[in-house]
Amino acid sequence: MQSTAHAFKDNVGTALADPNLQDSLAKLKVGFSERRRQAAERLPEFEALRDRARDIKNHTLAHLDFYLEEFERKVTALGGHVHWAPTAADARRIIADLCRSVGARTVAKSKSMVAEEIALNEHLEALGIAPIETDLGEYIIQLRNEPPSHIIAPAVHLTKDQVADTFLEHHRALGFDKRLTERNDLVAEARYVLRQKFLDADVGLTGANFLVAETGSSMLVTNEGNADLSNTLPRMHIVLASIEKVIPTLEDAAVLLRVLARSATGQESSAYTTLNTGPKRPDDLDGPEQYHVVLLDNGRSGVLGTEMQDILRCIRCGACMNHCPVYGAVGGHAYGWVYPGPMGAVLTPQLVGVEEASDLPNASTFCGRCESVCPVRIPLPKLMRHWREREFERHLTPKAMRRGLAIWSFVARRPGLYRRLTAVANRVLSLFGRVEGRYRSLPLAGGWTRFRDFPAPPAGGTFHAQWQAGRKRP
Amino acid sequence: MSTADRSQILNGIRRSLRRGELSADGLQAAQDRLRQPPRGPIVARAQLGQADRVALFCQWAEFNNATIARVGAAEVPSEVAAFLARNNLPASIAMAPSPQLDGYDWAGQKMLSIRRGRGEGSDQVSVTGAFAGIAETGTLVMASGPDHPVSLNLLPDTHIVVLREADIVGGYEDVWGRLRERYGKDRMPRTVNTITGPSRTGDIEQTIELGAHGPRRMHILVVRE
Repeated sequence: MQSTAHAFKDNVGTALADPNLQDSLAKLKVGFSERRRQAAERLPEFEALRDRARDIKNHTLAHLDFYLEEFERKVTALGGHVHWAPTAADARRIIADLCRSVGARTVAKSKSMVAEEIALNEHLEALGIAPIETDLGEYIIQLRNEPPSHIIAPAVHLTKDQVADTFLEHHRALGFDKRLTERNDLVAEARYVLRQKFLDADVGLTGANFLVAETGSSMLVTNEGNADLSNTLPRMHIVLASIEKVIPTLEDAAVLLRVLARSATGQESSAYTTLNTGPKRPDDLDGPEQYHVVLLDNGRSGVLGTEMQDILRCIRCGACMNHCPVYGAVGGHAYGWVYPGPMGAVLTPQLVGVEEASDLPNASTFCGRCESVCPVRIPLPKLMRHWREREFERHLTPKAMRRGLAIWSFVARRPGLYRRLTAVANRVLSLFGRVEGRYRSLPLAGGWTRFRDFPAPPAGGTFHAQWQAGRKRP
Repeated sequence: MSTADRSQILNGIRRSLRRGELSADGLQAAQDRLRQPPRGPIVARAQLGQADRVALFCQWAEFNNATIARVGAAEVPSEVAAFLARNNLPASIAMAPSPQLDGYDWAGQKMLSIRRGRGEGSDQVSVTGAFAGIAETGTLVMASGPDHPVSLNLLPDTHIVVLREADIVGGYEDVWGRLRERYGKDRMPRTVNTITGPSRTGDIEQTIELGAHGPRRMHILVVRE
């Protein structure tokens, strides 16, 4: 999809003024984080599993070439095919060629963030192949022609009424001319409409949560069962996965599964976890005749060995965004591309360029909640700080901010001067703010005072001065 | 398929990791890991004895919105028929063509019409066996094959599963062990579905609704030896 990450600040303004979005986000903040907490508490080994999950991913990344080759060997031995795609364009071409090789007119798609990353739908549509999103959330936003706003809950920004309007508009032609008001009726209508599309689709395209090198299996975690219909009914199954999704063994998968669902939705286990290994066997009664795995790099191999490598451990659970105060205030669309929240703030500059996405690593209070809930312990604030440093080095930081920082660092390195200046500022603020005890507006601090008052400092000098005075007292 | 693209990615990885091919030690470590996969931290609730294991399986399966009936082998067909009647479902099932299921006495259920084969879009109720049950999360494990078409797990509105107590294991690792035993270390069936309760979605206002694409109802017959 086309990035609008450069317009982050404008996007934020729009998001904050959108009442439907704010309602949805209010629910998200309580729902996901509370359920995660309860699930973690129900499993005493949860913290030990997180450590192990981190170690598994680190081991895999250090041996990534080996495990990818091993995965390919196993897939091929069972009659499947592995395709290597260095860039997004390569992946689009490979998938389009595969679809055309079976004369595909429709593709049943199961939610894949990597497919969003390479803008697959637009590409297929241009070739006259219709991609049909089958995850309910993805289906809703496909009808509305919107990008996902959350990596595991793509339509989380919408209310039930908005979904009802969307269905009425698009399903009327299929004979559904009643506006629905109940959630279960909306789900049932989507199920009915999509069921026929599954049965008609020529190709099923899914992502993968993990690729297991030991067995050559792609592993897919869903709650709806749409991915499983996508990989069972059509005659070709294409798996699109980025290279860092590979893990060594099924035992490693067990550890990662235990932290994934609990971190994502607070479930003990997602409803469906499926291992697909090769095409239909001769005596199987169903399944695809062809099984293809497209391995996408798209800049990831270049992240290995750098200070950003830790982001490649990410298992896309969404816990970081569920717990992020910034995501909670502005939602996913403001981030302007596929991956929102803290993991997006780290990954997006890597994948679309730091010039385009320079605002994202700055959209953090560094409160650290993301890191504290990350199932693979990615130090997200540290990685965002690395991006800020790089931006500063490359002079991408706004001029006013650079100048401000230069002045501050000049003063901060001269303690005598610093103390004198802060004492003056403190006295002035204290004097003029005495009556109300707070400021409604303040020069240079409009960003703060537009939304809240600034407290006037009490008399008695700066913290530093009070500290010194306190030490002199017996 | 381009070998240049393949080399580009693999060499890119090696360059970033500042090495060529893996060293002999590195290679040995990775190969050993594949040969003898190390287990992660032990999860206590996956280590119970048989009776507790069965009870824990039932508890988590019900937590995840499945229903459970604990029956003897002779009662399997009658419990299926009774479940259909209780829920006002048609007395017609699509059944997996498995020797295990064929071993039950279906002839006694005169009103029940049985079609054996893969699932069709119009099926209302399916009956299948299960390769295993996982006590840790109340999860069913389905291995695809001539005796178990995957479509039966997914297409019908109601899925009835016949699970033997002896096939209930503690944790995921126990299932991997059984799969390796049954199919060989490097041979997985086309599909292994692990299924925990009925299909669900939280995509509209984060409120769980059952029956998104797969079955909206799952009934598990846990069969005593």
